[in-house]
Amino acid sequence: MAEFTLPKNSVVQEGKTYPAAEGITNVQEVHVYRWDPDSGDNPRMDIYNIDLDTCGPMVLDAIIKIKDEIDSTLTFRRSCREGICGSCSMNINGRNTLACTKDIGDIDGPIKIYPLPHLPVVKDIVPDLTHFYAQYTSIKPWIQSTTPPPPDRERLQSKEDRAQLDGLYECILCACCSTSCPSYWWNGDRYLGPAILLQAYRWLADSRDENAGERLDELEDPFKLYRCHTIMNCTETCPKGLNPAKAIAEIKKLLVERKIA
Amino acid sequence: MSLRSPLGQAKGLGSAKEGLHHWWAQRVTAIALIPLTVWFAFKVAILSMSDYQTVLESIGSPWSAALIVSLIVAAFYHAALGMQVIYEDYVSHKGIRIAAIMGTNLLMFLLAAAAIIAMVRIALGG
Repeated sequence: MAEFTLPKNSVVQEGKTYPAAEGITNVQEVHVYRWDPDSGDNPRMDIYNIDLDTCGPMVLDAIIKIKDEIDSTLTFRRSCREGICGSCSMNINGRNTLACTKDIGDIDGPIKIYPLPHLPVVKDIVPDLTHFYAQYTSIKPWIQSTTPPPPDRERLQSKEDRAQLDGLYECILCACCSTSCPSYWWNGDRYLGPAILLQAYRWLADSRDENAGERLDELEDPFKLYRCHTIMNCTETCPKGLNPAKAIAEIKKLLVERKIA
Repeated sequence: MSLRSPLGQAKGLGSAKEGLHHWWAQRVTAIALIPLTVWFAFKVAILSMSDYQTVLESIGSPWSAALIVSLIVAAFYHAALGMQVIYEDYVSHKGIRIAAIMGTNLLMFLLAAAAIIAMVRIALGG
């Protein structure tokens, strides 16, 4: 059956509390999931009290401040700090999002940070995205065409055709949507999940691609595609404001169009 | 422990190249069930105060019988399709999943057959 409880060695325990330094007036409590694969201990929640007056505005600023000033062992991914690389995706106060675009001011009470749900954890808030990336590779995310490109110029696309990619090309593969999807939690080994299906549709919608039929053949599968039950967590959580659920519906519509309509 | 590559694991056994029919049939039966169920509810409500003979004559009339048989087919087919989706979602053990799907399909078929035979007997005045 699908697992609804954590195994014993994954139960999250109480961790250390780091009190605020003396003289700080604007204190923010930050709870962070900690797990060290080398220690053999269960995961724990550490509580850090930081000075908001000397901290940047975003949750990522708070995490960087903790690593710089309080606890250098805290492990996390980050790169661009402006919502375009997708590295700092994590679960903040119950919602998957990018730490670098999540405003601390929008959070009431303590900030609670966990890794993206239902993925193996590498360390602390770093999840293992190997399978996610392999699934991305499996949909062949590049132009496939038999017609060779013109020798003297790029492949042309009309403005209308290019507009078909709006709302799709912006996806940064942060995995917030896929890891918010219950279907991906229960059947992620075979279900491609919203992020990868949005990417699959991005290539189906590309006027320069000539392999729509083969792409649809590969997607038509009870587990790869039809595990989507329009739960809509993906669209709800996408930090880029995209709509993966709609992209999946478009793939289903193409399959209907091919066989029935 | 397997040293199969991540891509090999992600691709698995490839696409079943089906699933559209299941998904489409589930939606078509769902839509068909809306008017059929509403009609049947009204029928039951209207006949609730009638005596046995009146009920038999009413539901045994050709159109009523046809609609009730349609309701039976749509409802049990829809139930079988829907239960399969639930098993695929939540039952990860392959053997149990296949047994559950087959068992449910068999049960739904039996119930539908029994209901249709009963309806045919009523319609033919059996």
